[in-house]
Amino acid sequence: MIRIGGLAILILCLPMGGSFAALNLIGTDIPNDDGTGILITWDPTSEQADAGAFIVYRSELPSGNAEEIGMALVRDGHYADKSVVPEKQYNYRLVGKDPVGNELVFSGGPFSAKAQWFNYEKLPVAVSMLIFSGCVIFFIHRTMSGKSLFIRKIAGLDALDEAVGRATEMGRPVFQVPGIGTISDVATLASLSIMRRVARKVAEYNVPFIVPCTEALVMTTAQEVVKTAYTEAGRPEMYKPENVSYLTYDQFGYAAGVDGMMLRDKPGAILLLGYFMAESLIMAETGNSIGAIQIAGTDQTSQLPFFVAACDYTLIGEELYAASSYLSREPVFLGSLKGQDLCKVIILSLIAVGVILATLAALGGETFPHLSEWYNQLFGAIGAGNEA
Amino acid sequence: MKRDIPILVTLITGIFLVVSFFIPHKPFGEMEQLSLIWFSIVSGFAMVLGIDSLLKVNIKKITQRKSGWGYSLLLILGFAATLVTGFESGFRHGSPFALGSSFMYIYTHFIIPLQGTMFSLLAFFIASAAYRAFRARTMVSTLLLITATIVMLGRVPGGENLWSGFATISEWIMNYPQLAAKRGILIGAYLGAAATSLRILLGIERPYLN
Repeated sequence: MIRIGGLAILILCLPMGGSFAALNLIGTDIPNDDGTGILITWDPTSEQADAGAFIVYRSELPSGNAEEIGMALVRDGHYADKSVVPEKQYNYRLVGKDPVGNELVFSGGPFSAKAQWFNYEKLPVAVSMLIFSGCVIFFIHRTMSGKSLFIRKIAGLDALDEAVGRATEMGRPVFQVPGIGTISDVATLASLSIMRRVARKVAEYNVPFIVPCTEALVMTTAQEVVKTAYTEAGRPEMYKPENVSYLTYDQFGYAAGVDGMMLRDKPGAILLLGYFMAESLIMAETGNSIGAIQIAGTDQTSQLPFFVAACDYTLIGEELYAASSYLSREPVFLGSLKGQDLCKVIILSLIAVGVILATLAALGGETFPHLSEWYNQLFGAIGAGNEA
Repeated sequence: MKRDIPILVTLITGIFLVVSFFIPHKPFGEMEQLSLIWFSIVSGFAMVLGIDSLLKVNIKKITQRKSGWGYSLLLILGFAATLVTGFESGFRHGSPFALGSSFMYIYTHFIIPLQGTMFSLLAFFIASAAYRAFRARTMVSTLLLITATIVMLGRVPGGENLWSGFATISEWIMNYPQLAAKRGILIGAYLGAAATSLRILLGIERPYLN
């Protein structure tokens, strides 16, 4: 066949004069949504699949005024309309042209959509959440009955007292930088929990405590936390609102501001605890250059290497969240840590089973590949539920 | 009572939002987006408190001639200039973010270069941190030094010119041991965050309360 042009080839390839059979439109409710989606499906033949695109029209009455709502390729076999009103009936018309230029119109309806009360794609997430919450609450209750629990040593948290003591000996302030997170970030809340204990210690030692903040809500909360800590330590007169101040919401503006404060005030101890991104190394290196003892903690794995390289102590990931339990040693807090550890054991066991099955499947045979595939599909469902 | 009401509000709101995550039916399906909008509104009002704190601290430094008061003066002047140009651009162009407005001129010619300057400091800080960290003092630090050298050589064209194997080994290190360790840390961190969130919801931990 001589290549004349793309369009010519298309016409030559298709059978001439073939009839275009009717497309059976089926409309179904899109599941697991708020009732605003109808899925229109059709089953095109191989001839029909080359017809190009349909314009999709929708109307409330079969012969009423129809509005154009989109386009669909015939070969795709489906179109999702996600702008319907729940429980309302709609009729659809698909308008296109066949390869020889004749107009094609297919219609179907009435179809309607219904809102669901539970998103079943998220069922694995719900089950995981219930198991996790159950473990945590169970161990909280168990420790409230008086059972003591062991918690391993966390060097960074043990060093808090040393850091504050060192700053006191040098006559220098203590800095705590809560990071660039908002008040809704869990890492920021964990930082505020530690701030209360540090502020109480700092108040007892009569050392200035400086907290530069990047978000106004974090600043107001931090002011209340520090003020209360000073009052609990019996030193309410020592609290100065200007020590817990707002700098800027801009990431690098905040880093520049904190660096400037470090270089001018020369703190003896710096605590970098919270949510950090690219500005982490800028702050940590500046703190290192002035000779301060630095304790850092974040859940951002991309920033942990910088903190490990530049700081004296680093709280890695969950150690930041365990800080309030570790420092208070209250049974309720330790119980939640135990529940969390049990869930970690469950997850690690599931990973180990998956690794063993995948290894055995790779060795050949029939049974293990099937088991490995089923195992993958089970956890694929959990992943899909998370993304839904 | 003063402590019980915030704890109750936290519990009810938290449980409501968690349950809404699983229910697509209105109004539950919209709660996440609605709560983000409410959060933005509250943050906007809280910004007034932040600006008040910023101005008070820096004006006090200027009036008391504390160390570094010149920087505070620069901050106040910059704040005033940006505020005035923001209003002027809003009135003249309809929005301060309109192309060609004086507000966008400040953003393009001051803010972006300053952000770039701070970001570029990272290159020097990474070098100084690496110089301190990569020392062959112990077995573990020697292993770190060797691994870091291989990964650095594998990521630059010069390393590939030296030996093509650097790129392959570097890719293997990043895809297997590094990724495994990172995922292990992430599992722990996410469980920790979930446990902390549960403690806050149940009112056991109250970092937001005095």
